[in-house]
Amino acid sequence: MATSTSIDSATLAMPKGVSLWDDAWLRLRKNKLAMFGLGFLLLVLVLCLLTPWIAPYSYEEQDLRLGAAAASAEHWLGTDTFGRDLLTRILYGGRVSLLVGFVATAVALLIGVTYGAIAGYAGGKVDAAMMRFVDILYALPFMIFIILLMVVFGRNLVLLFLAIGAIEWLTMARIVRSQVQNLRQQEFVEAAMSLGLSPVAIIVKHLIPNALGPIIVYTTLTIPNVMLLEAFLSFLGLGIQPPESSWGLLISYGVETMEEYPWLLIFPGLALSMTLFALNFLGDGLRDALDPKASRD
Amino acid sequence: MILKRMHWAVLFLSLLLVGCGGGSEERRVDVGTREGVLHYGNGAEVQGLDPHIVTGVPENHVVSALFEGLTSKNPYTLESEPAAAKSWDISEDGLTYTFNLREDANWTNGDPVTAEDFRWSFERALTPALGNLNNYMLFPIANAEAFANGVIDDFSQVGARVIDRFTLEINLRSPTPYFLQLLDHYIAYPVHRANIEAFGSYTDRVSRWAREGNMINNGAFELTEWQVNSHIRVEKRASYWDAENIKLNAIVFYPTENLVTEERMFRDGQLHRTNDIPLDKVPVYLEEDPEHIVIAPYLGTYYYMINTTRKPFDDVRVRKALVLSIDRKLLNDTVLEGIMDPSYALVPPGTLGYQPPEIISFDPERARALLAAAGFPNGEGFPVFELLYNTQENHRKIAIAIQQMWQTNLGISVSLLNQEWGVYLNTQENQNYDVSRRGWIGDYVDPNTFLDMYITDGGNNRTGFSSQRYDQLVLEEAPTRLNQDERFALYYKAETILMDEVPIIPIYTYQTKMLKDSSFKGAPSNIMDHYNWKYVYLEASE
Amino acid sequence: MWRFVGLRTLQAIPVILTVITVTFFLVRAAPGGPFSSEKAVSDQVRAALEAQYRLDLPAYQQYFSYMADLFQGDFGPSFNFPSRSVNELIFQGFPVTLELGLYAMLIAVLIGIVAGVFASLKPNTLQDYMPMSLAMIGICMPSFLLGPVLVLVFGIWLDWLPVSGWGNSAGDKLLPSITLGAMYAAYIARLSRSGMLEVLSQDYLRTARAKGLPEYIVILKHALRGGLLPVVAYLGPAFAGLLSGSFVVETVFQIPGLGRFYVQAAFNRDYTMILGTTVFLATLIVVFNLLSDILSAWLNPRLRYQFRK
Repeated sequence: MATSTSIDSATLAMPKGVSLWDDAWLRLRKNKLAMFGLGFLLLVLVLCLLTPWIAPYSYEEQDLRLGAAAASAEHWLGTDTFGRDLLTRILYGGRVSLLVGFVATAVALLIGVTYGAIAGYAGGKVDAAMMRFVDILYALPFMIFIILLMVVFGRNLVLLFLAIGAIEWLTMARIVRSQVQNLRQQEFVEAAMSLGLSPVAIIVKHLIPNALGPIIVYTTLTIPNVMLLEAFLSFLGLGIQPPESSWGLLISYGVETMEEYPWLLIFPGLALSMTLFALNFLGDGLRDALDPKASRD
Repeated sequence: MILKRMHWAVLFLSLLLVGCGGGSEERRVDVGTREGVLHYGNGAEVQGLDPHIVTGVPENHVVSALFEGLTSKNPYTLESEPAAAKSWDISEDGLTYTFNLREDANWTNGDPVTAEDFRWSFERALTPALGNLNNYMLFPIANAEAFANGVIDDFSQVGARVIDRFTLEINLRSPTPYFLQLLDHYIAYPVHRANIEAFGSYTDRVSRWAREGNMINNGAFELTEWQVNSHIRVEKRASYWDAENIKLNAIVFYPTENLVTEERMFRDGQLHRTNDIPLDKVPVYLEEDPEHIVIAPYLGTYYYMINTTRKPFDDVRVRKALVLSIDRKLLNDTVLEGIMDPSYALVPPGTLGYQPPEIISFDPERARALLAAAGFPNGEGFPVFELLYNTQENHRKIAIAIQQMWQTNLGISVSLLNQEWGVYLNTQENQNYDVSRRGWIGDYVDPNTFLDMYITDGGNNRTGFSSQRYDQLVLEEAPTRLNQDERFALYYKAETILMDEVPIIPIYTYQTKMLKDSSFKGAPSNIMDHYNWKYVYLEASE
Repeated sequence: MWRFVGLRTLQAIPVILTVITVTFFLVRAAPGGPFSSEKAVSDQVRAALEAQYRLDLPAYQQYFSYMADLFQGDFGPSFNFPSRSVNELIFQGFPVTLELGLYAMLIAVLIGIVAGVFASLKPNTLQDYMPMSLAMIGICMPSFLLGPVLVLVFGIWLDWLPVSGWGNSAGDKLLPSITLGAMYAAYIARLSRSGMLEVLSQDYLRTARAKGLPEYIVILKHALRGGLLPVVAYLGPAFAGLLSGSFVVETVFQIPGLGRFYVQAAFNRDYTMILGTTVFLATLIVVFNLLSDILSAWLNPRLRYQFRK
């Protein structure tokens, strides 16, 4: 690998088809932080999956007389203003947040990468038309759009994913496009073209893998964005409704009472930020592992 | 090389610290108190200052400083007292009011305020083309409703007549004991004809007359600054007829939509008075700073309404079950921090001495029995229904608590549905809900302002509730009684019908809650949350 | 190059026209009108109100009369503030938002690039983890959380800075600018780190190093230009985002900026104001995206070559 350049690793990757990923996994395993991130994420995932069986209370069970109480032996993380167990609510909230975070980001990723790659590869008029369409979507009044969606489709989680994905893919498309446009000029792509590879093959096998770095970075940025957007949409009435909750919603309610009941902000905040940190470590690790050039440094 | 970059950081940090220099200034309210300038948290942003177009409470606070009606209210007793009219006579039958106007009252341009000014202003307020949302407030005047609805075109048939330059006669369609109160509402304020016509037709909503620099007004203050979403400043007017009794030199109104920010502005010494306070802050202030928090009864009821046209809510037993299974006291003591008043009827208790019937209570046993009788023993087979509320923190909290109470006490499931304000209003208007939050604030101090909502097909009814006897009592019998006790007895009967049929679920009687600086005086709490700016003054405490 | 700019400018026209048209019908389709009220509105009053704002005309007539006014630069009167025109409101609110956006951008770019480049020089060491962890916190901290926290610390506890306002008292512009800029600073830090890492491993830098150029020249002259490409591509949308996304900060700090007008207009169904701000912001977004494309082209030698052709 010592003298490898982009073109080498890309062409090497092609015939075997798996070596890029095998290779990446090997490198990822050496990255302690990334592995820690992966482990933490898996832990959170398992906890959230098992929530209905391991949660100490029901997420809607109230004890109005108790109200908001700090941590105690019965309620490890305290209770909210309705006397509901905060730990339970964080666990249940995690289910919603993780689901929204990953699914909506996946939607955004799928649309954004495909769209951006096609626009960047095609160039010329097709690119111009496609990017002007992105401009239009950027400029439409988002709130009105959401209010309309809410009324036309009623509220449900699927719609929430779609709405969020539909908004978040725009920036992804711009980033991918500029990367692809950039890469297209490089020798290895021209080489692949002269070998007679189809555009789809070039995009999938050469352009996207080489743009993975920025894509992964932006994805790790999109997930927190999406989770917070979910809180905003739920707040407006699209999405989940009380007594269900999500990390974003727990935090936004926690802000209002951060002086009186700080634990209502701190614990959901910790849950969210630790998950995002883990995600970020993993993302960075993946970026480095997938980058064909990274191993040299 | 790294140091090179560090330089940036150091430079930036020092910039930050320079910016922090101005810390120990005198608080804005202290400067204001010294100079007689009141800093007033006014809630939502003021949309306009044309008295015949505006609709909100924040607008009222500003408009009432700029304009003066025939009467005003004493903030301590809420009784009407002379304003632009120095005196008035009421005929025996309660139908004719004769107002003697003050000859020294003037507009900001020096013109005297005349009877014709008032007559023309009533005509403008009622002219259909203006599209005045509050025109119904003037309907007690004879033929006003017919004119406003375009049935008659000739305003001379409406009961407002100029006797001479300073005498105005008003004829009513039926004795309206609260009529004097209405004259203090912005709908009844006079506007300056030449001023309005200089900027367009008198029926134009879109007009630049009601702005700083353009406006001619007759109140104690004049408009000097208005920066949308920033502040409105009004200053004492030296030529006002009672200028010597005006204690404030200026009032600055700030839009304070965000409650958390507003409370912090108060703590930072930026406001003499807030419009509201977050519920979660109430216990903190009650305990640590009780002299700055004000909680006082307000003429309004918070309730849920039930769509009686939908199954199973067309069954009165089901409605009763919902009503009886809410523990209002527990709700108030916990979610509402103990500051509201649990409510068991529509009209707030003690409105001019009126006491509403107390038919409903918290009785889960009976509620379960009623639900079983309606065919849903232990809530079995009861459809999941939706509880609608508009997006707001307190509505959410109350809905969550009540959702749980119905679940526990009746075994029925409710799903919550919050909608943005415009969507929520639309859903209500189309009666496209199961159970929905509603609040009603009285327009004037009289049970009628609540009870006339639930007449058959009334625009504010929105529940499908209909009772002939109720309509008769509220529309025909009560308005003709001159004796207040008799009239209230009829209202009591009507409200008894309403609470037997329960198209609504009363939850609590509103309380105003706000923060007040100790220098802010002459603004006692009253059920209308009404300020008479003449009485307000600032006095530094030692 | 000029041909490219001209072409893009021409392309912007259909974009903005489409935005206007779609928005025009979108706002009218949203439930609840500008005159929705908690109290009943009689038919006569509703008819009068609709007549005053030409809402009684068929939709296509409303559309054409709106477009006719628009071509004369008139956004029409505001529904919500009947004594003001939309033009007036925009030109009152926009300078405030622009100023806030500029300060926030300055903070974001300065902190973001410094932190990102700094981190990229020694990847996977403390010098990398520290600023990147801070950046991650910046991204996780939405402004509705960061704003109140900053106010609590600097406005209430330390009492150094005013808790709200804009230009009313000394230092009241600082907290809102930081609040708004923080998230973008974090993004820029991440983007510039990864961009730099990408570039630092490329051949031409090895060549530069091999030539014996001092490291800081390699970085400042060669690496930064390529490494900051993703950042530059991001700047256009970011600045547009700052301008159109400042409403949370404007609400938290009671700032009379355009973002707050916009959100109020959406909630009050102030049709003309929604349209006016949308058209205005759309134009800005298009302009900023165009500028950032031009800047990327100028920074990217290969693309620049293509433009010269």
